[in-house]
Amino acid sequence: MIYTKDLVHAFAPHRRNALVVSGRSGQYWLDISEGGADLPVGDPSMGGHAGFSFGLALAQPEKPVVVFDSEGDLLMNLSILTTIAEKAPRNYYYFLMDNECYATTGGQPVPNAKNVAYDLVARGCGINRTYFFDDLATYTAALPEILAKDGPVFVWNKIHPEIENRPPGQRAPWRKRSPAKVVADTRKFLGVTR
Amino acid sequence: MSDEQAAALSPESVVAQMKQNGVSHVVWLPDSETNWLFLKMQEEQSLSLVGVAREGHACSIAAGLFAGGAKPIVLVQNTGMMESGDSMRGWLLNLNVPVVFLVGYRGYTRHGVNHDSAAEYTERFLLAFGIKFYMVESNADADRISLAFTESELTQRPVVVLIADEFHGFN
Repeated sequence: MIYTKDLVHAFAPHRRNALVVSGRSGQYWLDISEGGADLPVGDPSMGGHAGFSFGLALAQPEKPVVVFDSEGDLLMNLSILTTIAEKAPRNYYYFLMDNECYATTGGQPVPNAKNVAYDLVARGCGINRTYFFDDLATYTAALPEILAKDGPVFVWNKIHPEIENRPPGQRAPWRKRSPAKVVADTRKFLGVTR
Repeated sequence: MSDEQAAALSPESVVAQMKQNGVSHVVWLPDSETNWLFLKMQEEQSLSLVGVAREGHACSIAAGLFAGGAKPIVLVQNTGMMESGDSMRGWLLNLNVPVVFLVGYRGYTRHGVNHDSAAEYTERFLLAFGIKFYMVESNADADRISLAFTESELTQRPVVVLIADEFHGFN
């Protein structure tokens, strides 16, 4: 299994000019980068990071778009994979972090937690370029190859669960910008006006 | 042309409104009234169609398109809009995304006698979310789609156009 922090830090040197949607990795990604090309929108609603990053990729076809999502989020939006496969944005790289549980609510297992083959799900939906990793060294070694491929690419990673048991009101805030500010900053960074 | 056809909302009128307002992407899931519109949208080179399998996806996708500088519109039925409630809240209202929804008003009767709970709850849903809406019943009302775009840009919020065209469809 891989730690989320290690996963995003290993990716960072390969970022190039990618727009990065740091879903469940947000607080770790902020240690690495914080600016208009970074979209730590937090958790606007359970699931949706896949759709948001996919829409961003369609709007900015010349820039790589990377998302770090979780399996709990994806399960709520599983059919988004069919839409991604149909439109097949060449600049889209989806990194799934699978810790087999809802870590932020106390670690309850996701449905059929240990038996879902997310790479097969993605392939079944029509995304042909898929990878699976459960150790940091292999993942790190493969990153140049992964990011050299045309998207959409789906990368399934087994992640150590980092279970949070404190009530939401007692947790330290990690976001520096509101989600609306993140979007506004990205639009400014990209120079879009409409 | 019959009086009924003259009174109908044509797919050409809807596509013209999309073009007039610079729509780049149509994020959509079909309902029973929109096939003629689908055919017209497919013919229109300036529109990219993004089909979703669940309406809630449309909100996050539209938010991403907006963040990247595209101009999406969402085309769904009222049932799907209600199913999308939390996505509308989280991905559109919270992120200040100005996107227009064209929503098929299933069950609508102009006499207010509803036999379909989808119609019963549509306007209540929009009022609960504080989302402004306009009604379009025929070509004569089509300019309200442009009003919705203006309202959406002004407020940086989603605005809904209810397509109350249940019985004669877009043809």
